[in-house]
Amino acid sequence: MRVTFTVNGRQESADDVWEGESLLYVLRERLGLPGSKNACEQGECGSCTVYLDGVPVCACLVAAGQAEGRQVRTVEGLADGDRLDPVQEAFVECGAVQCGFCTPGLLVQAHDLLERCPRPSDAEIREALAGNLCRCTGYEKILDAVRLAASRKEHR
Amino acid sequence: MDFLRPTTWQEALAAKADQPGAVPVQGGTDVMVEINFGVRRPPALLDLTRVAELREWSMTGGLCRVGAGVPYAAVIAELGGPLPGLAQAARTVGSPQIRNRGTVGGNLGAASPAGDSHPPLLAAGAVVEVESRERGVRMIPAAEFYLGVKRAALEPDELIRAVHVPPATGPQYFSKVGTRNAMVIAVCSFAIALHPRERRVGTGLGSAAPTPRRALEAEELLAAELDWDAPLDPALLRRFGELCARAAAPIDDVRGTAAYRVHAIGVMARRTLTWAWTDHLEKRAA
Ligand SMILES: Cc1cc2nc3c(=O)[nH]c(=O)nc-3n(C[C@H](O)[C@H](O)[C@H](O)COP(=O)(O)OP(=O)(O)OC[C@H]3O[C@@H](n4cnc5c(N)ncnc54)[C@H](O)[C@@H]3O)c2cc1C
Ligand code: FES
Ligand code: FES
Repeated sequence: MRVTFTVNGRQESADDVWEGESLLYVLRERLGLPGSKNACEQGECGSCTVYLDGVPVCACLVAAGQAEGRQVRTVEGLADGDRLDPVQEAFVECGAVQCGFCTPGLLVQAHDLLERCPRPSDAEIREALAGNLCRCTGYEKILDAVRLAASRKEHR
Repeated sequence: MDFLRPTTWQEALAAKADQPGAVPVQGGTDVMVEINFGVRRPPALLDLTRVAELREWSMTGGLCRVGAGVPYAAVIAELGGPLPGLAQAARTVGSPQIRNRGTVGGNLGAASPAGDSHPPLLAAGAVVEVESRERGVRMIPAAEFYLGVKRAALEPDELIRAVHVPPATGPQYFSKVGTRNAMVIAVCSFAIALHPRERRVGTGLGSAAPTPRRALEAEELLAAELDWDAPLDPALLRRFGELCARAAAPIDDVRGTAAYRVHAIGVMARRTLTWAWTDHLEKRAA
């Protein structure tokens, strides 16, 4: 089947999509957007997190056909041109990125948190990121990065 | 494989009637895991996310009617007042990403003994509204909905449309044992709902038997012996815990032993009744 939806503001179509295929597969393998990572394909790791109609979801659990006509925003769509989003800047500066596999999902989920809740408590950050696994950083630097991004966003 | 995209409820029922093998998909948080891992290769997927009415909830006839496609995130944000037990359970499901997509209807469709919606629906006395094109609407009490492990009282041509839940008239609590605070399937779980007007207490056990179930003897004990104007009698509380534990018929598995589950159900039963009773007495005093 053919699936057409908007990705990061651009209309995109994919042909010959298998009906059981996930949105994640279409993004990575058919549309050349490898930012969202495929690690578990079962909703456990969060590394495939994207916005679907403005709501963060695991792209590996969305059937491609369910995205028809909808708006998708991936990690590739967080930056404003060459200017990184404050969340992205903070992850780089705080050393919250090591192998980087978990990073795209964490960025989208942290971005959503700060949109909804500009000054999150530590408990709120932990709650928001509970579905994103990182095997490298030990999470403390990720928490630092989200706190830094929150304070920067406030002063922008 | 076909991908069916009804946009109205009538179209959805027609699609299911014409192709009973089609697997409904809402949040996909159960269905897509199975497809990704090749556990399931259905002849068709029936996407229900375009049927707008499934995503709505309303108060009708004194009951809260929650559409099958209402995601957990909306249950938490909008239904904590009328349905506190269900909202508490929804807060413990998966992660934010899972709660944004996963639905109560999908939890009912999957009918896993570990599904977190089931205990609060049982305790509240919910009724599941299902429908088929040929036979119309059937109203199935939650207690009759679960037939076996991952087996529900749903005919191949039927779809779940909504669940009707009496709004709380007294305190409700949900308690879940897991190996960490987030992202875990329940080792076992327990829900309680006080119904002060009927002088009755509802219960629901999760992950403690082949199906979610009520602790009927424990409910009968309280209906007969609870004094609604007095502090909880410790002996009654203990017997309540014992009867709830006795209602469990769990198995040993990777998440816990049967003996542990029986014990934990008794503990959760006592704790949740104590919390609920404290709220009940405070409300009366106020
Ligand atoms: C990482 C992860 C963590 C999870 N954690 C929890 C947890 O803590 N607690 C918990 O209870 N569950 C958990 N789940 C399981 C799942 O999220 C829930 O069961 C959820 O309620 C399913 O809803 P859904 O809309 O995604 O269902 P779907 O996957 O779309 O469907 C589930 C089943 O219901 C059927 N179905 C769906 N809608 C209908 C309908 N209208 N009529 C008839 N049948 C229908 C489908 O065919 C399928 O068999 C988790 C899943 C994942 C991936
Ligand atoms: S790849 Fe989707 S959650 Fe892990
Ligand atoms: S940086 Fe490697 S998994 Fe998080």
